[in-house]
Order: sequence, then structure tokens, then C-alpha cells
Amino acid sequence: MSAAGKPTLAVWKFSSCDGCQLTLLDCEDELLAIADGIEIAYFPEATSAQVEGPYDVSLVEGSVTTPHDAERIVEIREQSRLLVTIGACATSGGIQALRNFADVREWIPLVYAAPEHIATLESSTPIADHVHVDLELRGCPISKEQLVETISALLNARRPRLPSTSVCVECKSRGTPCVMVAHGTPCLGPVTQSGCGALCPAYNRGCYGCFGPMESPNMPALAAHWRALGVDDAGLVRALRTFNANADAFREASLEHERA
Amino acid sequence: MSEPETREIRTDYLARVEGEGAMLIRLRGDELEEVQFKIFEPPRFFEALLRGRQYTEAPDITARICGICPIAYIASACNAMEAVCGVDLPDELRALRRLIYCGEWIESHVLHTAMLHAPDFLGYDGAVELARDRRDLVELALRLKKAGNTLMRVIGGREVHPINLRVGGFYRAPTVSELQALVPELEWARDAAVELTRWVAGFEFPDYEQDYAFVGLRQPGEYAIERGRIVSSTGLDIDVSEYEHHFTETHVERSNALHSTLEGVGPYLVGPLARYALSSELLSPLAREVAAEVGLGPVCRNPFRSIVVRAVETVYAADEALRLIAAYERPAEPWVDVVPRAGTGHGCTEAPRGICWHRYEIDDEGVILDAKIVPPTSQNQKVIEEDLVGVVRQSLHLPEDELAHRCEQTIRNYDPCISCATHFLKLEIERM
Repeated sequence: MSAAGKPTLAVWKFSSCDGCQLTLLDCEDELLAIADGIEIAYFPEATSAQVEGPYDVSLVEGSVTTPHDAERIVEIREQSRLLVTIGACATSGGIQALRNFADVREWIPLVYAAPEHIATLESSTPIADHVHVDLELRGCPISKEQLVETISALLNARRPRLPSTSVCVECKSRGTPCVMVAHGTPCLGPVTQSGCGALCPAYNRGCYGCFGPMESPNMPALAAHWRALGVDDAGLVRALRTFNANADAFREASLEHERA
Repeated sequence: MSEPETREIRTDYLARVEGEGAMLIRLRGDELEEVQFKIFEPPRFFEALLRGRQYTEAPDITARICGICPIAYIASACNAMEAVCGVDLPDELRALRRLIYCGEWIESHVLHTAMLHAPDFLGYDGAVELARDRRDLVELALRLKKAGNTLMRVIGGREVHPINLRVGGFYRAPTVSELQALVPELEWARDAAVELTRWVAGFEFPDYEQDYAFVGLRQPGEYAIERGRIVSSTGLDIDVSEYEHHFTETHVERSNALHSTLEGVGPYLVGPLARYALSSELLSPLAREVAAEVGLGPVCRNPFRSIVVRAVETVYAADEALRLIAAYERPAEPWVDVVPRAGTGHGCTEAPRGICWHRYEIDDEGVILDAKIVPPTSQNQKVIEEDLVGVVRQSLHLPEDELAHRCEQTIRNYDPCISCATHFLKLEIERM
């Protein structure tokens, strides 16, 4: 609690694009109300003001990719009553986890002329691999509605309502015809957690898995559908290896298709 | 005689910028010994992870370099892939790409101008603190930013990492009525941006100028956004494919970003000040009128006044969005086929912070063999350090905390996007 008796919020950044913490600033209609209800105690992207911890809620964006960050997250956990990870980088390792399938030492010279100046770990890992996480918000980026719901729930000491169904359910409730059935467009919707509002199918595009695997996804059934639409194993590997490549179900399935 | 007193002024984690950076300034007495502008954002190796991916995947993957300006990456990657495959985007799809880019300019410029940079001039820690005294202004800024984001959402599906753009155009073209519905709010936004410009133009600006080499895109007949030739105030005028013949990137020890220089010239500046200096006559009549009213000449060399230029560009972006919507007819097909063929393609667009340049080499199957991406902030890094030297020399009379603040403000003049530049800020001033 702050001196004014308001709960305190801290926003932390690890390896990421800043898009998920930007989502908080993109809550144009809610931002000032949120700031009335909680004290933004640490949020360097938005303010120079810093209040010392501990904090009631920490939002953590980004994945762990350096030895220093692996130590920093432990300190942040110690200062946080509730720790909420926000976005695909924090919950699964992000697009930068593609290094987990390659040898990062071979990558550094492709980008940097003086590789000896670069400190990096060989893998990009989610926050939950390092510390206890109280709640995860999925997505690349996270959903604004889920973020506002989460903050409001935490302020009112209740559990946030976050769906764990697949994107298919959102397509149905939105009334979007199935792009796989109607157009033969490969879609990750059947195995991907909902939360985006089934955006891609509504734009005549197959889901590309921003929210990561749903609970107990049927990966073999999805692969069979995709094969019937003419996608080979290499295509499946590519589709599963994007922003949630290191999420368990996607990783295991992509490794299987790679061996096939 | 004793050694002169040494001082060190440092900020370990610079606030109100996108990403992780620091600054170090070391002084011996009043002699400036060293200025470092350091980027410690961890590297993410985009150029390496793009190898082996399909040419169609580059827009969505590179969008993840930056959550604030994803359209810049998407559009530059699309341009490059269309170039390598020999496809010229039809005018109506080009116009739609420009329209969503206007949305990104509005949301990014207003975020920086009103929420990240204005607090420097007014003595606040941030926009939320500013809102305690001037809620009206912050509410105006938030609504204006939302107008830009709404344009992004309606065309792109969402504000951060829009899903509707692809090599060759769009997955789904918006209907005329979906875009027409945006007109009243964009008309309000255009007026609000004029108000924003008058507000920021009234700030007190440090008296500092530098004779910059300006680099930006230029396109006949329009203020360059989503295409153009690369031109400079020093006389360069090249196709985007010739970039590497004239610009060099070097990797310096203290940084995870790469520094750029223009051959025969040295450090150069990209972004609003450059675009304005190179093309201000191509702004819309209203944007030009507002620029004149607030006292911007044809060239602005005071980096602290970049906030005014950003606001003028916001007026332009709203104006241009309205023009594009008025002319919009729904294209028969939302995209054109782009058949892969082996070769190398280049793409360059004006991100809110300056030119964002991409090069890809692909094979006949569309597999990416090699990728190179030059974001705006790494191009500005040298100029930012030069500004710090100039500003510190001029501001030595200031007390330590004011000097540190002035230095941070100098860096924020560039709206640095460190997430982008990392392939880049912590602020330290040392006095010895």
C-alpha cells in the first residue's frame, strides 16, 4: 500500500518489444481511472517517479535472456506480493526463444561485428521458469480488455475472469465462418487459447497462435487437418515456431514434426 | 595546484523512453571527458532468426521488434519483399498502407509528445502526475492518441501488432462505411492536434542548435511516409537499394546497438526534424499554416523543438488520413499475388522516429537467406551523443540534478526507441 492507502503497481521489462506494457498506456479510456485507484509506483516507460518496493502487484513483460536478468527477476519476485506476467515473451519466451532451437553462438556474428561485447544466454525462457508466477496474461500482444479486467479484479480482491477455451469458441460467438472449413485456410485456432477475440479469422486469415497453446490442445488432430490442406511437416514446424515457440505443447509438437 | 574536481553524472535506467538504456557523462572540472549513451536492452537476434523463414513471414516477425511502431517494420518488410519479387503495389492498396501508417504516426507521436516528453518541459515526472494538475490536457492527448489507435484497429485488427497486413496488401480491405465512420473523430483529432501544437510551442526551449546532416525519405507530391527515395540535406539522393553504398554501421563496445554514419558526412539525424527540413513544403496547407503560426521556419535545428515538429506532423497525419478516407474506394481484391523469385530486395519507410530500412535476400522458394534491418534510433545514436556534448558544455553552470535532467531531456528529444535499436539507454554523468 502507498502512503495514500492505495495498492501499488510496478511494471518491469525484460527482453521484449514494449508492446504489452504499451497496452497499459493504450487504455486511453481507463488509464486515468486506473491511476486514481492505484499508485503507479514503478513504470519507467511512463514516469520518472519511483517509489521503493515492496509492491502489491508487479506486471512483468519480456523473457529472461541474460545472466543479469535471471538475477533481477528473483529480486523483483521478492519485492512483489502478486506477480503477473504479461505477454508471450514473459509467458513462453517470445519470438527470441527461436534461439532455443539453434545455437545462439552462431547467431551473434550474423548481427554484431564485435560479438565479444554481447552478453546473452543460450536460451530465452519464460518468467515462470525462474520464479513463482501468480497469474499469466497471454498474447502477442496481451488483450487490453484482459489487462483492465485483471487490474480491476486485483483491486477488488477477486480472481479475474480469463477464458481458457480455444479461439474456435470465440469465432463461434462472433459468428465468423470457420476459415479452415469455408476457405481451406490453415488456422491454429483449434489449439490456441482464446483472448484476442478471434481476430485473424474475422479478417479472413488463419489464427497464427499469438495467445499460445490452450490447455490440453489436440495437436495430432490439428496436424491431420493441416496435412489435408496440403501443409507439410516443415510448414507445421514454421507455424508452431513463432511467438510462442517455446510454450510446451507447441515446442513438443514442432520437435516431433521436425523429426518426421 | 590541486587536480580539478571530478564529477560523474549518471542515470542507470532512463525513464520515459521505449526500452532499456543508460547515460554516462564524465567531467574533470569543467572539461568534458566522456559522453556515453549506452543501450543495454538485451539483443534478440532478429536478423539471424529470420534466416530460413518464408518471405511472407517477415512482416509479422519484424513487427515484434517494436510494439510502438509495428507498422514501420511491417511496411518496410512488405516493400522489400514486393521489390525482390518485382511487384508494384496498386495505388489503392498503397494508399491503404499509407492510411494505417498515419494511424501509427498519430498514436506514436502523441504518446511521445504529450505523455513522455511534455512532462520534461513542465517539471512533471510523467503524464499521470501531469494529469493531477492538467487533467484536461492529458484527457485531450489520450483521446487524440486513441483516434490514431482506432485507425490502426479498424484497418489492422488491433493497435499493437496489427494482423491484417501482408506482403502484397491486406487480408481484408475495410469497407467504405467502416472508414467513413472514423471521419468525425479524425476531424476532431485534426483540431485537437492543432491545439496540441499551440500548447507545446508555448514551452520554454533551451537555446541550442546544431548544424545537422538530415536524412529522410522524399517522395514527389507527398510528405514521405510509406515510400520514397533516401535524400539528405548534404545532397544525397539515392534509391533505397543503394543505402549500403553510402551508410556504414559499426558496433561499439558499450552498446547492443549498431552506430550508423553517412559516408563523407559522418553522423546524421533521422526523424521529424529531418523530414520537416527535407519536405516541409509538402505538408498539407493546414499543417504548414500551423507550423508558420507557431514560428517554425523551413528548417528547425533546435532538437528541443522537435516536440513542436512532431505535433505539426500529427496535424498532417490526421489531415492526410481524412484525405485518404475521402478518396477511398474498396479495392476489388485486398491483395495482389507476390510470387517469390530469387534475389535481393530493399524496403524503407518513415517510422515515427525516422527511416527504417530493410534488406532481404530470398531464394526461388521464398526462403529468407539473409536479412539486414537498420532501425531509426541506432542511426540517431551518434547525433544524440553529439547533442549531449553540446548541451553539457552549454549547461555546466546548472546544479547537478538539473544538468542530469537536461541531459535526459536531450536524449528524449529523439523519442528513442531502444527496443528497436537493439540489435540499444542508461544515463550516467561522471565528474572527475
